[in-house]
Amino acid sequence: MINYFKMAYRNLGRHRRRTILSGLALAMGTALLMFIAAFFEGEMRSAMESTLHLSSGHLQVRDADYDPDKLSVAWDYLIENPDHLAAQIAALGPVETATPRLVASGIVTVKDDSAGVEILGVDPASSANDPYRIVEGQFVAADDREGILIGYPLAQSMGLKVGDQVNLLANTSEGAVDEQLFTVRGIYSTGTTAYDKGIVLLPLAKAQAFSGAENRASMIFVLLKDREQADAVKAAIPSANFQVKTWRELNSLLVLVNDFSNAYLAVINLIILGVTATVIVNTLLMSVFERTREIGILSAIGMKGRQIVSLFLAEASLLALGGIAAGGLIGWALSLYFGKVGIFFGDLGMSADLLFEDRIFTFLTIDSALNTVITAFVITLLASLYPARMASRMEPVEALRKAQ
Amino acid sequence: MEVAKLTNVTRVYKIGQVETRALNGVSMDIQSGEFTSLVGPSGSGKTTLLQLIGCLDQPTSGKVFIAGQETTGLNRNQRADLRKSAIGFVFQFFALIPTLTAYENVEMPLLLNGKSAAQRKQRVMELLEGVGMADRANNRPDQLSGGQQQRVAVARALATDPKLILADEPTANLDTENGEQVMEIMKKLNSETGATFVFATHDPRVIKYASRIVTLKDGVIDADNRGS
Repeated sequence: MINYFKMAYRNLGRHRRRTILSGLALAMGTALLMFIAAFFEGEMRSAMESTLHLSSGHLQVRDADYDPDKLSVAWDYLIENPDHLAAQIAALGPVETATPRLVASGIVTVKDDSAGVEILGVDPASSANDPYRIVEGQFVAADDREGILIGYPLAQSMGLKVGDQVNLLANTSEGAVDEQLFTVRGIYSTGTTAYDKGIVLLPLAKAQAFSGAENRASMIFVLLKDREQADAVKAAIPSANFQVKTWRELNSLLVLVNDFSNAYLAVINLIILGVTATVIVNTLLMSVFERTREIGILSAIGMKGRQIVSLFLAEASLLALGGIAAGGLIGWALSLYFGKVGIFFGDLGMSADLLFEDRIFTFLTIDSALNTVITAFVITLLASLYPARMASRMEPVEALRKAQ
Repeated sequence: MEVAKLTNVTRVYKIGQVETRALNGVSMDIQSGEFTSLVGPSGSGKTTLLQLIGCLDQPTSGKVFIAGQETTGLNRNQRADLRKSAIGFVFQFFALIPTLTAYENVEMPLLLNGKSAAQRKQRVMELLEGVGMADRANNRPDQLSGGQQQRVAVARALATDPKLILADEPTANLDTENGEQVMEIMKKLNSETGATFVFATHDPRVIKYASRIVTLKDGVIDADNRGS
């Protein structure tokens, strides 16, 4: 059998600079594709993690009449005796934690400065609070009647530090307004500025007392060991007096954005691969034109069209192997590096409950790495078919005549 | 025995609206072991005739037979198969593959014919020795002189032991000494192996070796002299 790869290797060595430049184009294309895939994956994971762990949970159990848009603490909208229900849900196998939370709207005032906030009453002992990393001070205790936790960006903008006092005004269950001075016990950060600047945390018991909700909560916030179990757990929760929402139902926009990002990524991939493929076609076409005489000679001594195609495909394969391997390594290294240090974007804002962390950490999955490598390889080979077939269709007599 | 035969062969090239009749009703046969020169001025149709015999081109009309097989009507692959097994070529320019060594250039037709590694090695070295190039087997064409390259090309043309070797102006780019050497080698191979050679040439150095001289003029055979 003819050693096409040996011939191909030598042919590529004829014009080293051109081969290196073409390989470099492929390498850059592959590295870019891999990095973009890792960036999108990281971004969507971050959005998913932030949104699920901070905002929606994997499941929410609410009173049948609860309307999340109203942030109302009217008794009609709240779950009675939530600890009991939370304990029942927490006993289910796939559930990691289930904790009652009360959500109310309020206004924080410091001197002349004020900001609208969402007051979140939480059980300080729950592991669901883990994303609220304390950067200064400490978490509020369950029996703290005057302590409040505020987010780092809010503290920054209002010039607050631990020990300072803030005035908190809240809507109550009776539809009235109440206010009280609280002491900042701690400043937290979730890494998501848009969230942190609008949420203050109180111990659940204090939030219930302050808002007049008494022994009631807005929801049972549920986190699962595996979020794909959400539907199964939902089915296991008695729903006669409650509405049970899964993370998919609560975050339909996020799910949509996730799907859309895949389509967006495919378009970017096509553009990058299109440019790369053009470079490969150009390189091989130049090679075909330069080697017209050789193609004529090979044809004259009996090489068939498909063997000439194989020869050019072998060249493209070697070019692709070198370029894609180098690009894959670069893309992997970049993804690994930015997966550790992240890329800082700052406050990306919050829209329709979609939360993005300030720093996006790239995340390269084996699937997307393999996808990128295989797609780049296949596209390179497909692109090289045109020049290869052009070479194979040369009439030997024409090729020899042109060469003279 | 008849190695090649042409019956009333015409080849017309059409460039735009202009038709050029390169060959006009040529009939001839080539017998086994002949050392034939096709001679004539430029444009007389020598190269065209050689290309038609070599199945590199097809006639506009008429028939071409190689070893009794009609080649007109064969498709590209069938013609390629015929070329690789039955015909060897030596071109005016030193038609070696520049990335392959002398050894690998001679080996290529054997590879295309599916010969084993052992068969290839034996045959290539035998041929390179025959043309006095065994010691340069591992050199690439750019490390060889024009004469040496043409000797390797002759070895390659003989690799598959073809019935017919066609050479288009094989000495045109060689100096006198190298031209003589190449012709001596071909003549020797013709005598020793009985291989049939057909040359297109206007080089008197080549013509003097010929056992048969076919003179072409304006696309027709003007004279056909079989000598000793």
